[in-house]
Amino acid sequence: MKTLLGTKLGMTQIFKEDGTVVRCTVIQAGPCVVTQKKTVEKDGYAATQIGYGEVKPKRLNKPLLGHFKKAGVSPKRHLIEVRGEHDLNVGDTVTVDVFNVGDRVKVTGVSKGKGFQGVMKRHGFGGGPGYHGAHFHRAPGSIGASADPSRVFPGSRLPGHMGNVRVTQTGLTVVATDPDKNLVLVKGAVPGSRGSLVVIRG
Amino acid sequence: MGVIEELERGQLREDIPEFKAGDTLRVHFKVVEGSRERIQVFQGFCIRKQGHGFRETFTVRKQSFGVGVERTFPLHSPKIDKIEVVAIGDVARAKLYYLREKLGKKAKVKEKRV
Repeated sequence: MKTLLGTKLGMTQIFKEDGTVVRCTVIQAGPCVVTQKKTVEKDGYAATQIGYGEVKPKRLNKPLLGHFKKAGVSPKRHLIEVRGEHDLNVGDTVTVDVFNVGDRVKVTGVSKGKGFQGVMKRHGFGGGPGYHGAHFHRAPGSIGASADPSRVFPGSRLPGHMGNVRVTQTGLTVVATDPDKNLVLVKGAVPGSRGSLVVIRG
Repeated sequence: MGVIEELERGQLREDIPEFKAGDTLRVHFKVVEGSRERIQVFQGFCIRKQGHGFRETFTVRKQSFGVGVERTFPLHSPKIDKIEVVAIGDVARAKLYYLREKLGKKAKVKEKRV
């Protein structure tokens, strides 16, 4: 099962064997513990639930504590479910060993919130000229026709809240792994701020 | 942030000599041509050092057939075979961009008398 939960630590660069520089993101990934196995017979679909990060038992409610007690593992802060049949049992640990250097992975995280933004930043509109007496600078311009249809079509690209949404960055490459420190180095940038939760999937 | 610092510290090179902008350097740089590797020497004035720690880079400028050529190297790159400090320059700034507009004798850096 090539899925791990982790914490984005930040970005750095490393030298490859041929001397070229690779910009990469350092992710503290796992170890994750299998907390539940879902089966077709019992739950209607097959999946494996994994947990990551320690949490004080007093922070959790009784149903969740019971769930961890049943699995025989210490309480975890984050839980996710991975669909499909996997060769794992409840209580097993998943570490960075599941990833090899050169693997293509997807990394999902919550992007940095940017607040209420205009169309130029949010949708990449061109905007107008900044000078020469122009009065049209960063406004969206026309957002539709007139009496027909007499309304703005849904989905029109307009100003609004930007960022702080779940984003998946695909096509990333694993540059290096460190099983001792539970680190995965991924080429390129991943969504979210430093210290935010990310999911790495193979 | 400790983990990233540790990662970077592990890749630092300790055989890099101390130098600053204005010094004349001979940079022995490994070049791969097809399957074989050879060493290319790039000699010129260091016109800037930029960044710090593992990400530090430096730029060397030289005149080649009357044309100014600048190359920027990562200071800790494994492709650098060695750096020789040929002469220590006597300059009053950290970034010698003014050399770009100078020609001939004026495009030189005074050597420091020790």
